[in-house]
Amino acid sequence: MTIQQEAGREVGRPRKRKEDARLLTGRSRWTDNLSRPGMLHVMFLRSPMAHARITRVDVSGARGLPGVVAAFSGQDFAAEQGSLPCAWPVSEDIVIPDHPPMAVSEVRYVGEAVACVVATDRYRAADALEAIEVDYEPLPAVLDMKQALTADSPKVHEAGNKAFSVKINSGDIEAAFRDAPIIIDRTYRQQRLIPCAMEPRAVLADTDGDTFTVWSATQIPHILRVMLAVVTGIPEHQIRVIAPDVGGGFGSKLQVTAEEVLCLLMARKLGKPVKWAESRSEGNLTVHHGRDQIQHIRLAADADGRIRGLQVDLLADMGAYLMLVTPGIPMLGASMFNAIYKMDAYEFGCTGVFTTKMPTDAYRGAGRPEATFAIERVMDELAAELHMDPLEVRRRNWIKHEEFPYTTISGLTYDSGNYEAATDKATAMFGYDKLRAEQADRRDRGDPVQLGIGVSTYTEMCGLAPSRMLGEANYAAGGWEHGAVRMLPSGKVEVITGTSPHGQGHVTAWSQIVADALGVPFEDVTVLHGDTAIAHKGMDTYGSRSLVIGGIAVLKACEKVRDKARKLAAHVLECSPDDLEFEAGAFKVRGTESQKTMQELAWAAFTAHDLPDGVEARLDSDATFDPENYSFPHGTHLCAVEVDTETGMVKIRSYVAVDDVGKVVNPLIVEGQVHGGIAQGIGQALFEEAVYDAEGNLLTTTLADYLLPSAADLPPFSLDRTESPATSNPLGVKGVGEAGTIASTPAVVNAVVDALRPFGIHDIEMPCTPERVWRAVSEAQEGVRR
Amino acid sequence: MIPAQFDYVRPESLSEASQVLASDEDAKVLAGGQSLLPLLRLRLAYPSTLVDVGRLPELKGVHDRGDHVFIGAMATHDEVMRSDVVRAGCPLVAMAAAHVADPAIRHRGTFGGSLAHADPAGDLPAVVLALDGVFVARSAQGEREIPAAEFFVDYWESSLGPGEILAGVKIPKLGEGWGFQYEKFHRTAQAWAIVGVAAAVKRSNGAITEARIGLTNMGPTPLRARATETALQGMELGDQLRQACEEAAADTSPPADLHAQPDYRRHLARVLTHRAVRTAAGAP
Ligand SMILES: Cc1cc2nc3c(=O)[nH]c(=O)nc-3n(C[C@H](O)[C@H](O)[C@H](O)COP(=O)(O)OP(=O)(O)OC[C@H]3O[C@@H](n4cnc5c(N)ncnc54)[C@H](O)[C@@H]3O)c2cc1C
Repeated sequence: MTIQQEAGREVGRPRKRKEDARLLTGRSRWTDNLSRPGMLHVMFLRSPMAHARITRVDVSGARGLPGVVAAFSGQDFAAEQGSLPCAWPVSEDIVIPDHPPMAVSEVRYVGEAVACVVATDRYRAADALEAIEVDYEPLPAVLDMKQALTADSPKVHEAGNKAFSVKINSGDIEAAFRDAPIIIDRTYRQQRLIPCAMEPRAVLADTDGDTFTVWSATQIPHILRVMLAVVTGIPEHQIRVIAPDVGGGFGSKLQVTAEEVLCLLMARKLGKPVKWAESRSEGNLTVHHGRDQIQHIRLAADADGRIRGLQVDLLADMGAYLMLVTPGIPMLGASMFNAIYKMDAYEFGCTGVFTTKMPTDAYRGAGRPEATFAIERVMDELAAELHMDPLEVRRRNWIKHEEFPYTTISGLTYDSGNYEAATDKATAMFGYDKLRAEQADRRDRGDPVQLGIGVSTYTEMCGLAPSRMLGEANYAAGGWEHGAVRMLPSGKVEVITGTSPHGQGHVTAWSQIVADALGVPFEDVTVLHGDTAIAHKGMDTYGSRSLVIGGIAVLKACEKVRDKARKLAAHVLECSPDDLEFEAGAFKVRGTESQKTMQELAWAAFTAHDLPDGVEARLDSDATFDPENYSFPHGTHLCAVEVDTETGMVKIRSYVAVDDVGKVVNPLIVEGQVHGGIAQGIGQALFEEAVYDAEGNLLTTTLADYLLPSAADLPPFSLDRTESPATSNPLGVKGVGEAGTIASTPAVVNAVVDALRPFGIHDIEMPCTPERVWRAVSEAQEGVRR
Repeated sequence: MIPAQFDYVRPESLSEASQVLASDEDAKVLAGGQSLLPLLRLRLAYPSTLVDVGRLPELKGVHDRGDHVFIGAMATHDEVMRSDVVRAGCPLVAMAAAHVADPAIRHRGTFGGSLAHADPAGDLPAVVLALDGVFVARSAQGEREIPAAEFFVDYWESSLGPGEILAGVKIPKLGEGWGFQYEKFHRTAQAWAIVGVAAAVKRSNGAITEARIGLTNMGPTPLRARATETALQGMELGDQLRQACEEAAADTSPPADLHAQPDYRRHLARVLTHRAVRTAAGAP
């Protein structure tokens, strides 16, 4: 990978992460490592039924057992537990059902909490759970979205199984499809996924009688604080939320969970610290799931491959309740199906459906991978229909680099990009023509191992989000971010960020930005985050927003500090502020040798012996940043797979990704994000699926059943970048957290299907397991024989 | 891990260990813990006492005993796959051990534990069955030898009696002319076999004179593909091998689970047997 870096600047340097020495040597502080004097442990009893009326809960058997301090049922919380929030009512017709943190009268998915035990240790709590009696009156499970929408379906909630429906139109869709020489009509299934962050969730709640502190493995300490106040009625100023080290989230910790609310309530009831930490199996059941859509997509094109119109109709599985942004997830894809392509008309429809399963919500990419998958699959189908190279059909439709800024059919304005450059680079690195030749050869020879080549381009709306646009989308909050910077007396710098890292490396990247902005050494910067008492304002981390919004807020705060320093320097150096130039961390009087470094000025501000009028004794400042527009990373991913047609096994042979994430602050971190993202996208393409049985039991409760790829299952990735700076922020950055996940899934599935096209196969449902591939091949071969 | 309460003992002698086991039918042997601890964690097992056999000298090491290799029950997978004695005397065992799970698990999990656990999805049972290993069980009553064909009874059930501890397994050395291959079909590197095939093939003057084929995860116990073994006798390498391997799934009753339905497992058994036999027979 080529690394561009301006001399003497930190931004652009492949700095090793400041965080890692501590994390790698086990000196991290996960929530589950924390201990408080007198701390109690809670374990939850969870529903074994997908849908049932609770007719009796008797916790008395647990109460007398050794070490047990308390046992509660939903009834015990009924008066105070409120309803878990949904912050995104996406439509007028939306139904937001009551969502009690602990079920009181009805359970609607396997794993929903129905009772709990608080004990002096976890073992005693787990033992005592077995002494709780619950009687259920079974109700029919609702598992299939299409059936759920039929008139005679059993209901998940009294109001019915439809959560909402949305329709969006742009251009004359009828005209686009009328007389279109080519119409591609496909249905794809986005299987349900389990986020599987490395660190399972954990919560610790404590109180001193007046105020409450909640430590949680969360991505969103600030949002959580507000929501805990809203849900429980505890005044916001009496709640402090701390996200200590958090080991991954991928959206799964962008949530206000039942366990967070209940631990807080138990700390209040008992006046003691209460901790809960989930097991992996408990997490598989009860961490919100991702994806789960049925996508009906229709594309009308001219005979030369030009797209006329696109029609998308989604069924999106909400699960049993609407959680923090559950209904918003498919809507984040609404403007993305048209992707990087130009077209005359676009229609998007989505129906949210309740089922008796764990609710879905944000999972890496959130709505955008789903959209990208469908359009990129269909572009390959269009190419196949036209006997055209899949890259060529994309070239004929994409927005050309000279056309930016470009307002798309779905109404977004893409500020910058160069799809030609990224694609050219990727095809060269991949050895596209050579692989096509090998593919032809294998086809000719009838080799049992066929080669498939998969293409995916993508763009994504990142940097969530302009507050104004969130308001238009009816989201309950804004999308700004806050940053603060203070020079300490000795000239070191403390930065506070409202974003809440959980593995991304903010401390390192923010240090680089600050080092450049203030001219201080990288090593002299520290970054504080994740504690509402320290970082008092913030919107947290998700949607590839941290750098694009939060990093810019920090930069703006630095600029304000520099302005203050300039005034102070002018006073000390006895010149006009305009005579000063800022260079390498010092203000110099133009044309002279006299100067003051930032460190000297920090000391001067601290001693305050000689401050000019109107200048306070502090060299610090803060800022919020609210972007005018989203940012739009893009890229081209190419994947070659070998498909063993005898066993159905798919092996990835090579993978090339050329991403354009705008300006890069730290290429190492960018590369790490892309690697992880591609791995997760490949996980969806080939390995992962949350499976429920016909009664609504989750079958994939362990990692032996829910297969995650590890390094041993993945090829080396060849990565490179192009750089089209974003115009919506001063650093020109676009965000990289989700890119890999978005592009890789369709690239891999397109490759699998490409390998099998000679068999007459034009789709394999995800994940493309060996068994699915083998069945498709066998059926195709039988069809030929018949 | 939050298991139910249990006691723990670590006897210094085999007789002491077998006494504890004989006196308490809810006591269980603890070897590497790689199968037992997950069961405890999920509260699928509630043993009263775990009898840690890690200190018993009789269970340790790998020994060359002339006509056979004795692999102690407490030899770890990692020890087995790296042992020169195993690689020389029964290379198929080393090959299969290298396929078990991942390095962390191979450093804890034991050869004996894998076999005593009698999971038909485990890689080693089919191998020991194909090689006609002899199980050596010890109890207060003394020592008992159990042929591999009688050791595996059902899913997770062996013929070890109450109070019996597996001391190790004798693997006969096969001598000249044999080739070996273990084909494991799984979706991720550390996953269990969907199907596995262990093949030992002897050739002389170009033709196969004897073949032994063990099947992993094709029924409640590991199985031998007897029909294919017979059909292969006297065969030269070539297209007819595939024909013989079409019988590989005969008399099997493979399970249905998230990773494969029975018909797919049968198909895999045929394809993998063909591949394993070809490789073991030295086909190019
Ligand atoms: C994630 C994971 C993946 C795995 N993947 C594979 C795989 O791909 N292939 C594979 O073959 N295995 C796999 N295993 C299992 C692994 O091989 C274990 O090592 C093996 O199953 C049990 O060996 P152990 O020493 O850990 O036995 P333990 O777990 O200690 O015991 C297992 C059972 O055997 C009994 N037992 C143990 N030793 C004796 C003895 N000497 N005498 C009498 N009874 C005894 C115990 O009482 C218990 O019932 C996997 C395990 C894990 C956790």
